[in-house]
Amino acid sequence: MFGTSRNNISPQLQKLIDILSKVQGLGPKSARRAVLQLLKKRDVLLAPLIDAMQAAHDEVCTCGICGNLDTSDPCAVCSNETRDHNVLCVIADVADLWAFERSGGFRGQYHVLGGLLNALDGISPSDLRIPQLIERIENGKINEVILALSATIDGQSTTHYLAEVLENKGVKVTRLSHGLPIGGELDHIDDGTLMAALKARREV
Amino acid sequence: MASWETDAIVLNATKYGENDAILEVFSYDHGRISAYVYGGAGKRKRALLQTGQILHLSFMSKGENQLGYFDRLETKFSIENVFDNAAGINAIGSVCALLKEALPNFQTYKHLFNATEILVRLICNQDNWAAAYVRWEVGLLADCGFGLDFEECALSGVRENLSWVSPRTGRAASYEAGLPYKDKLLVLPPFLLSSENEIKSGDIADGFALTGWFIERDLLGQAMKNMPDARARLIISLGKKGLL
Repeated sequence: MFGTSRNNISPQLQKLIDILSKVQGLGPKSARRAVLQLLKKRDVLLAPLIDAMQAAHDEVCTCGICGNLDTSDPCAVCSNETRDHNVLCVIADVADLWAFERSGGFRGQYHVLGGLLNALDGISPSDLRIPQLIERIENGKINEVILALSATIDGQSTTHYLAEVLENKGVKVTRLSHGLPIGGELDHIDDGTLMAALKARREV
Repeated sequence: MASWETDAIVLNATKYGENDAILEVFSYDHGRISAYVYGGAGKRKRALLQTGQILHLSFMSKGENQLGYFDRLETKFSIENVFDNAAGINAIGSVCALLKEALPNFQTYKHLFNATEILVRLICNQDNWAAAYVRWEVGLLADCGFGLDFEECALSGVRENLSWVSPRTGRAASYEAGLPYKDKLLVLPPFLLSSENEIKSGDIADGFALTGWFIERDLLGQAMKNMPDARARLIISLGKKGLL
């Protein structure tokens, strides 16, 4: 009775809403709002968005070396000669690569696994880019592999699996430490993180 | 309107929307159940919802057929100790995957819940838990209606020297009676007959082979499901530590 019924929206708009509502983080309501905003700001939002999406569709590809998304293959990170090609950071997803690049603290190479081992969802080593990782290590000049995977059961089981696989490859294998986040107040931190931080304490 | 509180073991949490999650747990009072967690993907609750965590939580639902929501989540036991232990992490992954695959929704398994809680605590706090894991799988089979019978020899009726198990019936056989058929029988490790029996080299591997056969055929096979990879990785990691 209240609001616009589905049938009163034109099929073109409804199609746009349906597609947008499949984007992670958006539901039908948010998709409707986004579509309305796009249509209200056709010139400053809708047209540039169409161009940007078309360009992304046509030009972005997966890097054959690391699995990053970029407009060139090899990607800008892999083809950058000023970066350290002896250190390889293994991450689950391209979003993690972006997080590292935003931090600006890592100047080595990356390898995107494309997910994590997950017993419950049936994601096994063959579903991830593990053979490519082994090939890179065997054929490259890599000295250290940093396993930068999440502090979850899936992340840590993947870390242990990779540590076993890389055991005899002649590279140093390290993982990220677990503990207090910057700006974290002790009384707001969960028990698990606090215990991990306590275990990984170091002398000051 | 349904509302209750219980202890539960986290099986899986799936992000839903921007900040929420659908949490699947194995609970003491209500068995395997899924519900919504507001803010479940947010910073404050995400750490609570790791697979294998033991929580105390409350559940609210408007009706029996509607997806309810979990609230007031409190950690009862945290599994962070296991993060440095490859075998332990695979064991918890395997336990949760087997529970998820094998148990029907909304059916209570209080004995299995207690056994699982003890096993998770053992895995996180001790090194020597492989035999307990195999015993837990025997218990899982029994609670799901595929119990193995180690009471007496299926061939001779004797109760001593039970050494084999028929892969067809799951019943034990004595060493003498089973010897002519030993190539067709599964080895019954002594630690499954009594916790006081000594565990020798190869016993844990025999235990995994025994329970694995029946889990694959009866528990998962009938539902056309596969053995979780974490279990295979668990056996490999125990082997590397020389614990099989």
